[in-house]
Formats: sequence, structure tokens, C-alpha cells
Amino acid sequence: MAQKVGQKKDRIILPHGATIYGKWNKRRYQIVRRIGSGAIGTVFLCRENGKDVAVKMSRHALSLTTEVNVLKSLQQVQDTSLGPFLFDADDWVAPDGTTYSFYAMEYIDGVSIERFVRVNGANWIGVFLMQMLEQLEQFHDAGWVFGDLKNENIIIGGKQPTARFIDVGGTTKIGRSIKEYSDFYDRAYWGLGSREAEPSYDLFALAMIMLAIYYPEKFKRTNATKNVLLTKLYAINELKLYRPCLQKALTGKYRTAKEMKRDLMQTILQLQKSKRKNKWNWSYVIQAITILSISFIYYCLTFL
Amino acid sequence: MEKGTLRQILLITDGCSNRGESPVQCAKRAYENGITVNVIGILDESESYVNHSLQEVELIAEAGGGVSQVIYKEDLSRTVQAVTRQAMNETLQGFVHKELANIFGTERSLEEIEPDKRGEVIEVVEKLGETCNLEVLLLIDTSASMHDKLPTVKDALFDLSLNLEARLGDNLFAIYQYPTEHGTIGLIQDWVQKIDSITALFPHLVSGGITPTGPAIREATEKLQALHNRGEIDGAKGWAEEG
Repeated sequence: MAQKVGQKKDRIILPHGATIYGKWNKRRYQIVRRIGSGAIGTVFLCRENGKDVAVKMSRHALSLTTEVNVLKSLQQVQDTSLGPFLFDADDWVAPDGTTYSFYAMEYIDGVSIERFVRVNGANWIGVFLMQMLEQLEQFHDAGWVFGDLKNENIIIGGKQPTARFIDVGGTTKIGRSIKEYSDFYDRAYWGLGSREAEPSYDLFALAMIMLAIYYPEKFKRTNATKNVLLTKLYAINELKLYRPCLQKALTGKYRTAKEMKRDLMQTILQLQKSKRKNKWNWSYVIQAITILSISFIYYCLTFL
Repeated sequence: MEKGTLRQILLITDGCSNRGESPVQCAKRAYENGITVNVIGILDESESYVNHSLQEVELIAEAGGGVSQVIYKEDLSRTVQAVTRQAMNETLQGFVHKELANIFGTERSLEEIEPDKRGEVIEVVEKLGETCNLEVLLLIDTSASMHDKLPTVKDALFDLSLNLEARLGDNLFAIYQYPTEHGTIGLIQDWVQKIDSITALFPHLVSGGITPTGPAIREATEKLQALHNRGEIDGAKGWAEEG
């Protein structure tokens, strides 16, 4: 019964070319490379039947099963892409006799949001905010709160750049207590709310993601936490457009993703209108038009 | 299964015991009485993780049916949560396994159940973890060497309370320190439903190199049992009156 809590990272080392063989479902995966290690496991890029899949492996069957449960339930409620698609869940008995639990999921290729924005410009912020709000709304409607929402858990990929959530380790049923979180993105750490799983928990983290893009080194809490966050927010010119929305999200003014989405849409439209009335400020107009057209394309794709 | 109460002792220390009966024996007795003993050992910056002097930590937790971890000060907050949660889940998993054994006739570990069916077991464990009542006695080593670590301990305990508060089940916390000048353990905070960030914690540090971890665990066990007995006498009202 007694067990040591693993070191910070539960790292499993397997060489390129090694084969994982599922004990129950008999599928075979060949390791290409390690993608990363998290609190409860290591993710590998693998080949299975000629296609790329991501395999998450851990010694803790318990924690891994929790994630499989979440992925299964997400797949039941929707047909779009909330989290990676789950292919298989199984155990592998390694040559040394150790049993590892693993699950295979869709491999989502892309770059971090931070990098994408650095390369392609701040115009994309509004687009990704919209996309993520859309997805969070679906998460919440399905009875889940994403929980551990942070830059490391978002990948921007696809021909039509799309933000995808990749790690459901923190995903928690609404009303329960958040399973996994990271200090910087956790509203309770900042003294701005509880760790109860409710939609506003995710919205706070979403706003922090925007800050994290511009403060990659992050920053720590002091006594006046709310002011720290707002000061940091106001210092970033690229976020000026979204300030009112982000501020409301940070201070818990939105109860649902829908509210925030509506506000964001209005901000963008209003800005476009006022700029048209005054002198044409091309950079803003272009920004607004880009956001609207890309959001539009995204919606069309989602609903097709 | 009816809504139950889990009882834990969480010991936070930075040294080895050197006084009184064996802490391992005391932890074993606590476990026999339905209380799990979890231990967090804090290393000094100068100590290396590989060759630390806190092997005792692991042995105590093992005898106490609990979870242990040896860490540096900075990781304390996160570790306190992880250890408490994991210990809770393991205890609950133990219960669920016994229930399963009743159904299947034999005891089976999670790995022996096919992955597809595991999900249901975990769902039960999670639900129990969310709804069960939890009584945690926090036993803090406040010998002189802990001095610079105590502000971090205080933050970590507050954070733990914040974390568990979000659960549906009820929580009760008490905080004791050891050693003290009179007797083995000293009350810092009697049973409360949440730990306040402004609670004045750890006013008295005792120097002198005495670390009676064994007796401290024994007395902590008695305090938890006393709470339990009080609860039985007061019946259901016990919970409400604690706040």
C-alpha cells in the first residue's frame, strides 16, 4: 500500500525503434521519439500501422485511467476536436517485467501559442481567444472544466491555424475540486477564487495564457495580487484591444464562456465601427478584419 | 458504500527521531487503528537528494500505510497536496478493492482488470474521494533547524486547506507541533474546517536537538481517536459543532 510520490516528473526512457506491445488489445507501437514528460507520465511519438500516434505511458494505472475516462467521455458528447482523439488503452509488460499502462491518442503536431504569436503577430490573439472560448464552452456544456489550462497544454496546428488542448490530466467534473493545476494559471494561487471546478476557473486561466505569451518567464504573487495582474496586463500594448475582456475574466466577472465570447465579439465589432467613423486607422481595421474573417472561416469549418 | 471518514496524520519534518519509542512502530499502530501516516521530509539546500539522511521518512510512511516524499523547501506546497490526495486515493482504492473482492470472490489489483473496465473502478474511487469526509492532523516538527522553513510550511498548509475545501466532503484540520517544553506535542490549532491564511502558526520554536518523532505520532494518534470518540458521542451533530 505504501508508495512514494514520484519525483516531479515520471520519466520513462525508451529508445527510438523500441516496440510497445499491448497486453490486452494486441496492438503494436514503434517508438519514434519522446515528446515530453509530465507529472504522471511520458508521452512518445509512435508509429502504429503506418500512422503517427501519441502514446502516453505511466507506471500509475490509476491516474492514467482517469485521463482515459475523460477522453472517452469527451468523445461521446461531440464530434469536433475537444482534446486529442483516443485510439487505444492498454498495458505493456516491458522486458524487465515492469507493467506500464498506456493509451494511444491522435498526434497533434504544431507549435506553442507563444511561438506562433511571436512569428505571426498579435493579430492572431483574438482568433485564438475565440477558438478557445468556443472549445471551453463545449467542455463546460459537456459537464467538464478543463482545469490545467496553460500554454504548455495548447498546440497551434493545422493548415488553418487552430488552437488545440492536448493534456486532459486536469480535466475535472463541474462541481468537484480541480485535479491538477499550475500555480501561475491557478486563480486560487492568486487569491482570486476557489479551486472548485466551475467555468470561470478556466476563463481565468485563459486570460493568464494571454499574459504568459508576453511574460514567458512568468512572475510570482505578492500581497496585492489583483493589482499585480492588472498592472502586468496594462503594460502589454498588444493586449490593449482585449483588456476589458481579460480584466473581467481575471476578476471572475464572467460566469460562462458564452458571456466572454459575446463581450469579445462586441469589442472587436465596436472597435471596427469607431475606427471607421474616425480617421481610418489601418492597423486596427486590418487587425479587426483579419480576426473576423479568420473566426468566420473557423466557424464554417467547425459547423461543416 | 456509505459516506465514510478518512483519517490521516501528515508529518512534516527535517530530521531523524532521537528520543522515545520507534516512530515506525508508532506509525504501524496508528495504521492498525485505521489512521494512515504520511510523511514529508524536507532537505536542506546543502543536502543531496540521493544521499539524504531521511530514510526514516520512508519507513514511517510504509508502516503507517501512507505516502512519503523527501523534497526541498520550494516544492513543499505542491507536495503537501499531492501526498494528502494520493494517500486518500490509495486508501479509497483499498476499500474499493475489498468491495470488488466481495463481488469477484478474489482480491484483484487494478492491473489485473481489463483497461476498459478499469474506468468504472476509478470513477468510484474518484467519487468517494470527492465526497468522503477527511480528518487531517498536521504534525509539524518545529525544532530549531526548521526555523527558516516554517513560513513555507504555513503557506503550504493554507494552500492544502484551500484545495480540500473545493471538495464536496467535509474536512477537519488540526495542527500540532513537536517538540514542546512541556509534554510531547503542543496544540497550535484545534479542529477547524479550514485553515486561515492569517492564523498565527508556530509561535514557539524549541531548540536543543530533541526530536521525539515516535511519541509525537503516538500522541497524534490519540488525538485523532479522541475526536472520533467525541463524534460518536455527539452523533451526527459532531460535524456541525466543530466549525
